[in-house]
Amino acid sequence: MTATPHAADRPGPAQRTEALESLLLERGLIDPKVIDGLINRYVNDVGPMNGARVVAKAWSDPEYKARLMEDGTKAIGEFGFAGPQGEFIRVVENSASVHNVVVCTLCSCYPWPVLGLPPTWYKDPAYRARIVREPRTVLAEMGLALSPKTEVKVWDSSSEVRYFVLPERPAGTEQMTEEELAAIVTRDAMVGVGVVHA
Amino acid sequence: MPEAAVEGDEDNLPGELDLDGPSAPPRSNGALLFEEPWESRAFGLAMSLSNAGRFEWEDFRAELIKAVAAWEAAHPDHEGYRYYERWLEALQAVLASKGVVTPAETDTRARTFADRPAGHDHDHDHDHH
Repeated sequence: MTATPHAADRPGPAQRTEALESLLLERGLIDPKVIDGLINRYVNDVGPMNGARVVAKAWSDPEYKARLMEDGTKAIGEFGFAGPQGEFIRVVENSASVHNVVVCTLCSCYPWPVLGLPPTWYKDPAYRARIVREPRTVLAEMGLALSPKTEVKVWDSSSEVRYFVLPERPAGTEQMTEEELAAIVTRDAMVGVGVVHA
Repeated sequence: MPEAAVEGDEDNLPGELDLDGPSAPPRSNGALLFEEPWESRAFGLAMSLSNAGRFEWEDFRAELIKAVAAWEAAHPDHEGYRYYERWLEALQAVLASKGVVTPAETDTRARTFADRPAGHDHDHDHDHH
């Protein structure tokens, strides 16, 4: 045993977080109930189901789609979806010839109001580095094999602009209602690492 | 369960996407947003303090970018990356820069928690339910 501090003596993140919360509470800077509420909101209420409704409406209503392409944040706001990380959302549209995929190379920028918090793989160094260098290979590893004829565009989200993919509407869904369409739209398709299947 | 976080890594080349482990890309909308409870607290603390005007979100984001870049530079094989550890570092850095709480204060308090007897039942010194 030695009393000399070294790296291994540094408290772990769970203890440091608890310590930080207790210091902030003592100073009257936080309310644990507010924090509980924020966590609950992002775990249960804000998520890809929001984005799926936006996509379904864009597929069903050409005028809405035009507004969405013109100003993503404003058109998404028509649903009441707004808030942090939603200030500058730009929608990029997939087609038969172009596939868009989104990354944040520097950290984890992501359009929270429509997709909630990003999944672990989106924040992973491997995804952030490799999707830029070899998007086709990474997409294939994630289960999306694209035709060599399809152009792949990689969009780097930042605090200035957060990208949101409008997936291609799959064939055979012409009779589906907006609600039915929303049910088939996945988060992965709205990040561009997947496509929507009927 | 930190052990689980590295399980299966030997099957992956450095930098290869981990398709089966905790960073595996879920193919449905289901997502495990927080792997451990403290991660959700660290998330909520940052959101709450920013909402209350203790710092600008952009200042926090700049610290997060720095923390991520520093970790990646120190770990070229990217093994063992834990996003919320970088998040916590960023939060501590932005709070220190605003003179709210220093990392040393946090470490001192954390050590008193670490010194609690094993099996101690999460006894905060406040009545948080």
